[in-house]
Amino acid sequence: MRLPEGGRIDRSAPLTFTVDGVTRTGYRGDTVASALLADGVVQVGASAYRHRPRGIVDAGVAEPNALLQVGPEPMRPATTVELTDGLVARTLSGRGRLLEPNDERYDHKHVHCDVLVVGAGPAGLAAALEAGRTGARVILADEQTEPGGSALSTPDRWPWLAEVLAGLSGFAETRVLSRASVFGYYDHNYLTIAQRHAGPIGAGGRLWHVRAGRVVLATGAHERPLVFAGNDRPGVMLASAVRTYLNRYAVRLGTRAVVCTTNDSAYATALDLLASGVDVLVADARQDCALAGAVRAAGGDVRFGTVVVGTEGEAAVTAALLGAPVGGGPVELFHCDLVAVSGGWNPAVHLHSQAGGTLRHDEAISAFVPDRSRQANASAGSANGELDPNLPLWTIPSPGGWDDHFVDLQRDATVADVLRATDAGLRSAEHVKRFTTIGTAHDQGKTAGVTTLGVIAEALGAGPPGPTTYRPPYTPVPFAMLAGRDRGALHDPARVTSIHDWHVARGAEFENVGQWKRPWYYPRPGEDMTTAVLRECAAARTGVGMQDASTLGKIEIVGLDAAEFLNRMYTNAFKKLAVGAARYGLMCKADGMVFDDGVVLRLAEDRFLATTTTGNAAAVLDWFEEWLQTEWPDLRVRLTSVTEQWATIAVVGPKSRAVVEKLAPVDLSFMTFTDTTLANGIPARIARISFSGELAFEINVATWHGLAVWEAVHGTGEEFGITPYGTETMHVLRAEKGYPIVGQDTDGTVTPIDLGMEWIVSKRKAFVGSRSLRRPDTARPDRKQLVGLLPVDPSDLLPEGAQLVTADSSLEPPVPMLGHVTSSYHSAALGRTFALALVRSGRDRLGQVLHAPLAGKTIAATVVEPVFYDPEGTRRDG
Amino acid sequence: MLLIRCPWCGDRDEVEFSYGGQAGVSYPDDPEALTDAQWAEYVFVRDNPRGPYAERWVHTNGCRRWFDTVRHTVTHEFLGEGS
Repeated sequence: MRLPEGGRIDRSAPLTFTVDGVTRTGYRGDTVASALLADGVVQVGASAYRHRPRGIVDAGVAEPNALLQVGPEPMRPATTVELTDGLVARTLSGRGRLLEPNDERYDHKHVHCDVLVVGAGPAGLAAALEAGRTGARVILADEQTEPGGSALSTPDRWPWLAEVLAGLSGFAETRVLSRASVFGYYDHNYLTIAQRHAGPIGAGGRLWHVRAGRVVLATGAHERPLVFAGNDRPGVMLASAVRTYLNRYAVRLGTRAVVCTTNDSAYATALDLLASGVDVLVADARQDCALAGAVRAAGGDVRFGTVVVGTEGEAAVTAALLGAPVGGGPVELFHCDLVAVSGGWNPAVHLHSQAGGTLRHDEAISAFVPDRSRQANASAGSANGELDPNLPLWTIPSPGGWDDHFVDLQRDATVADVLRATDAGLRSAEHVKRFTTIGTAHDQGKTAGVTTLGVIAEALGAGPPGPTTYRPPYTPVPFAMLAGRDRGALHDPARVTSIHDWHVARGAEFENVGQWKRPWYYPRPGEDMTTAVLRECAAARTGVGMQDASTLGKIEIVGLDAAEFLNRMYTNAFKKLAVGAARYGLMCKADGMVFDDGVVLRLAEDRFLATTTTGNAAAVLDWFEEWLQTEWPDLRVRLTSVTEQWATIAVVGPKSRAVVEKLAPVDLSFMTFTDTTLANGIPARIARISFSGELAFEINVATWHGLAVWEAVHGTGEEFGITPYGTETMHVLRAEKGYPIVGQDTDGTVTPIDLGMEWIVSKRKAFVGSRSLRRPDTARPDRKQLVGLLPVDPSDLLPEGAQLVTADSSLEPPVPMLGHVTSSYHSAALGRTFALALVRSGRDRLGQVLHAPLAGKTIAATVVEPVFYDPEGTRRDG
Repeated sequence: MLLIRCPWCGDRDEVEFSYGGQAGVSYPDDPEALTDAQWAEYVFVRDNPRGPYAERWVHTNGCRRWFDTVRHTVTHEFLGEGS
């Protein structure tokens, strides 16, 4: 019940909220848990596996039972959800689901500070005050709605708290963050903080990335439950939580309480309960406590050498069974409606451990405490083990066995489960954890972890095993917060060419190539992709087509040694390339595998322009720079990316010359280029380059002229029926000629020889990767080689990626795979389907029929030379 | 998120850099003179110590310069400039 006065709630601000369909009232300053308890609701969702009634246990992040579905977010402990007006929630049984996309707005913020203090309890506040005084840039981050930590549960300390906060607010460089959970401690003092904005569910939040000079970990401690029979019954709560509800939220739980403890800390709870009018019996496992007199003086009872050994009740506890900690002996039934327990305290060493720090077992408090730090951090206060001495009491036996002695409430795991693990021969905590799933739930074992170690130690008759590893996050963080604004359209930048709007207006479908949006094909009304591509291909083969090729990577290579540099990077020779000429080039990595290809223009003796594949532009530039900087700093070469500076328009087909000549009177032989001025006055570089086998030109202009020139080409070409085409048609046209696409027909395990491109591999010079082509493995005759495939049924389209086997191969696994289909299309020029494939010893298999076993059918295809169209190259000159 | 010292730009977040593997593995002067095993050693084999490791980084999203440094592979502590 809610007490008529006291607490830190704002009674002038009543709030209505609905849990499981019941609307209730609480106050600003409440959590959902405190408001439920104020309304007499202890019981929450039943346990996940054994469906036992469960209640609220804690008042903070360690809560294992009271999980809520709030808005889109599942699994938020009611003890950490700030009450807001109109809040609607549903209790969960141990697990929840993301029911709808989390569209809350989350931002990321990157900051540096001199000192990051984690936790605004008494120790953290003191640390922040000391650091702030020096003028250092300080961040004090705390997960709760207001700073104070344990002091919030201790009204005596509220004046001190107000004083400290006033002091901190006077420091210009000190920032206090509330609702801010420091959940990750990474290398080099990089920490992440998940902060929720104040306000209703859906208010979003902020993910802070902090690089801190020093870190003070004042993260406090988590109280341990006690493991007795029926210790999961609603009404069995942590003693500190009972005190927090009483003092901070003015919620009195029960009228007749047993406080069962192994240390002094629970006496504060007993005294505060007595002061609020609750009958209290303290069952202390120890033989003596100096605070017993105070309890007795306040009207309570204290029994030493006594603990709760069991509970009775249905939906909530109605009685505790009192007996000796070691079991056996007489048991007394004690009627009560609250059992407040304290089995000691675990310093919250999570962040210390995440940071690489080591832990040691402290016998006095029977818990793990920080030992050595690996980074610039120090732990303070109870996080550093500054806690009352404790009598370790891991399990409390009862005659009924161990099956209702819960260790991990959220995983429904009991002492019996731990014993099954140790009986199975498991010794390490990590193994027991995996066997029992203890510590793997939403709360990550905050109440269960150390207790489990104690149970293991008892079972094995040994000292406590080392703790399991702590990993981020300390408390759960919504994926939507980690993503921040990097989602949807903002997930990755989309790059578009200067001609993009024209493509959109013409109804082009787009393909993502790296970050680029490239027109894929331009369907006319009623056309599907196959029909549109066949039409586009036919236009390029019989009339004229045009393509926006602006996305090709472009690198200027400038300097006295530019020709020498290219000669070392490409498999073919570049030194003798004439100014005004172009050459196709292929590049390998040092292992001899094909890395990229493109056409290189020689602009001047000391100036080249290399094109790269669209997706590889940055990688090629990086590759060039690496060699220039690290291996050949003596070469006088400078590199500049000019991808964005040029718009490139390919004009392709037997009628392309007629179109280009109307724009500029150029007379170019194959693989040459010239700088000229178009009829519309725009300066242009026109090259005769073909990626289709047809007569073709590439018109390059400054990016800002791209759209104007595209429209000029299109207008000029109209009388010739010029047809814009996309990447799919480009792929078909090149595949008909057997031109591989790096990254589609190659995968980093393919040499130029495997592609059948010996003609481009110089024997007279060394280049990057040349030595590898002589390695026995790269010279093996049974390597996978690029071949063509013609399906026996000319209407069968092989799926790209389909595996290939011999015609007589058994399909019982393991099936000996020969290779796979890399490219596959309908061809307008061939009037049938065709494909490219990488096939083991492919060139020895010309004429063989291979099978592609697919779900439900098998496609047979004949292995052929990979050049399907115009093998003599007669169409190149129109 | 490592904090990496670029010799030209100072301390920057790891996301600005790309990794270049072991330092001091230079391209052989005359690859053709090497045996297959020697060449394979250059192409494929690198040290993988537990402890200090001289390695290359490039400040990809910064000055784009390559540099060598020494990092402890367990603690990620940077131990000064490499060769």
